[in-house]
Amino acid sequence: MTKSNLTRRGVLRSGAIAGAALGVPTYLRAQESGFTNAPGDSSVTLGFNVPQTGPYADEGADELRAYELAVEHLNGGGDGGMLPTFSSQELDGSGILGRKVEYVTGDTQTKSDAARASARSMIEKDGAIMITGGSSSGVAVAVQALCQEAGVIFMSGLTHSNDTTGKDKRANGFRHFFNSYMSGAALAPVLQNAYGTDRKAYHLTADYNWGYTTEEAIRSSTEAMGWETVAAVKTPLTQTDFSSYIAPVLQSGADVLVLNHYGGNMVNSLTNAVQFGLREATANGKQFEIVVPLYSRLMARGAGENVKGIFGSTNWHWSLQDEGSQAFVKSFGTKYGFPPSQAAHTCYVQTLLYADAVQRAGSFAPCAVAEALEGFEFDGLGNGPTLYRAEDHQCFKDVLVVRGKENPTSEFDLLEIVEVTPADQVTYAPDHPQFAGGALGDCNNGA
Amino acid sequence: MDAIILQILNGLDKGSAYALIALGLTLIFGTLGVVNFAHGALFMIGAFCAVTLSRILTFSHTIIDESRTDFLGNPLKVQVPYVQDFFGEAAGATIIDWAVPLSILFAIPVMILVGVVMERGLIKHFYKRPHADQILVTFGLAIVLQEIIKYFFGANPIPTPAPDAFRGSFDFGVLLGFEANQIIYPYWRLVYFAFAAVIIGGVFAFLQFTTFGMVVRAGMADRETVQLLGINIDKRFTIMFGVAAAVAGLAGVMYVPINPPNYHMGMDFLVLSFVVVVVGGMGSLPGAVLAGFLLGILESFASMKEVIDLVPGINQIIIYLVAILILLTRPRGLMGRKGVMED
Repeated sequence: MTKSNLTRRGVLRSGAIAGAALGVPTYLRAQESGFTNAPGDSSVTLGFNVPQTGPYADEGADELRAYELAVEHLNGGGDGGMLPTFSSQELDGSGILGRKVEYVTGDTQTKSDAARASARSMIEKDGAIMITGGSSSGVAVAVQALCQEAGVIFMSGLTHSNDTTGKDKRANGFRHFFNSYMSGAALAPVLQNAYGTDRKAYHLTADYNWGYTTEEAIRSSTEAMGWETVAAVKTPLTQTDFSSYIAPVLQSGADVLVLNHYGGNMVNSLTNAVQFGLREATANGKQFEIVVPLYSRLMARGAGENVKGIFGSTNWHWSLQDEGSQAFVKSFGTKYGFPPSQAAHTCYVQTLLYADAVQRAGSFAPCAVAEALEGFEFDGLGNGPTLYRAEDHQCFKDVLVVRGKENPTSEFDLLEIVEVTPADQVTYAPDHPQFAGGALGDCNNGA
Repeated sequence: MDAIILQILNGLDKGSAYALIALGLTLIFGTLGVVNFAHGALFMIGAFCAVTLSRILTFSHTIIDESRTDFLGNPLKVQVPYVQDFFGEAAGATIIDWAVPLSILFAIPVMILVGVVMERGLIKHFYKRPHADQILVTFGLAIVLQEIIKYFFGANPIPTPAPDAFRGSFDFGVLLGFEANQIIYPYWRLVYFAFAAVIIGGVFAFLQFTTFGMVVRAGMADRETVQLLGINIDKRFTIMFGVAAAVAGLAGVMYVPINPPNYHMGMDFLVLSFVVVVVGGMGSLPGAVLAGFLLGILESFASMKEVIDLVPGINQIIIYLVAILILLTRPRGLMGRKGVMED
């Protein structure tokens, strides 16, 4: 008779240990592979963190459409979108490194704490290996810092503040979208041609991080060409009626109003400015003008016909005629019935860029992916030749200066491109004062 | 001087909105004793009545314009409103152009219905509950209502302009003898102020000069005695809830050309309107109106660059600062009645 070593206590102990090991979140098992959330052999999970509720929910919905399209194309579905036009031909529709791409979504609510919580949940519970998305710089900076700590790559969505790749840059974070400095550099020559060098500008600036960097960028660009800034007034982010801020503008001696506002703030301030007759007014013997540094489609739709003739800048526009843009618009428009927004475009491109970097690196390890993205030069994704600069993880590419269209043919046909500012005109040194104060630090694999 | 006049004008139209919302809040509090945090949502629903009518009037059929193409290169689909088919192009365009003023007729029955359903369906069950419970349930209701609106209309602001005749602005300064371009004031804001004055006057007249109003005022003063006289005061108070809802709704309807409405606009006004009610004095209708205009004007002055330079951040706290000062010196508010909210 053989004696068994199995005891009731031993079975219970072993069971408890095995159960605990299986219950440990994927990210805590990172040591096995050397990095956080190493995917299995069959699939890989990406985390799309977009505003699904709150004021930017519609922009978030468009981002999500673009992500779903990107996943479809990466997995070999649909018409492939920009995969055939992308200069790097590493992606062949077989997923990423042979793994089927799956995704989970989170709701940022356009609140930093909510965005961090949803990103954390996707990393810790869902095993997301990369987080991407968002529609605000505050959210981007907060989630980027979280991803750095957690050891996953963050491919930001719509974030325009200089700080995202300036004082708050992180080694695990990458931005395709343009920034405030680039808006200023692109807009200044167009404004000079249209309105001359002898202008007096009055700035209304949203009282938060993005507003400050945008005001600083536009002021320095316009003052460099001879404009004078007569006043810069901060407006509360919660302000809805800007009449009391708009009304004194004409009395100030200014002949240009710069609205450093985004989203609902911009819709209301521009509407109020037009109501108060600034478009028809003359000051200092000149026609009074309004400038909106950053345009988005939701803002243009919200402001309606008030955007007519008003200059601004944008990262991308569906009317671009290059091969990549046309492929994306066709793919997106056929699937959803309307053209994509710039937010959708940057999110789609970020997903492809991440997948391509993994493919080229031959690894999902964040530091290998970061290395593949750093200094990467590519084309065919809608913005012309582009560089992902190694020093700050910012993309450098052409910037579009747009103007509100006089005779739109549809609710999506609100802006027209007046200038494609070449990338070298909006490129700055990595240690430029507007981006000072931060360091990328070391890449974090998380293990 | 011109800057001061300009900010007073700005304060008047802002104050008009505060006064209209606070008037409804006070009516509900004075009659039913309910602290209604869903009142901002009624303002928002009113605004979306204008959006809805505007969409009904622009309800269209599609024709294909072969001469033009859409963004995918297909023949362009052009929307033609049915209104233009029925009334002809010019008349149809005029009707669409006047969608916002026409919405007043649409909003009154809708808002009264919404108010009565809200009162009978939910709020009446909380009459005898503490104010904290009332605040919680009405705040929850406000969130539900705004999420419903967001579901149907999206999160983006929806431009809903004033009729062509009232767009643009006029030089008010020239009328007063100032130089040109010093006091520019939009036509529609003047319309809004006049409209608010008519509504406020109408509500006061209704309460002051009708038998119904007299009974309601008596019920506000002493509900039990009025009930002992055999008058069904509850029914009248329910109707007053509907009237208060309609006042908030009309304030919202006429506000849409000033700022494009979105689902959150009610919340933007709610907190300020409560401050207005408290400053005016709980339960005091004239107090609500007076405080509405007073705080609107003060808020405008605090937004002047010279004032912000002098006291940075004053534009963000002025209303609350004034509220603290008034409550410290006059604890019942400007025109508060003794015994209200003091038990």
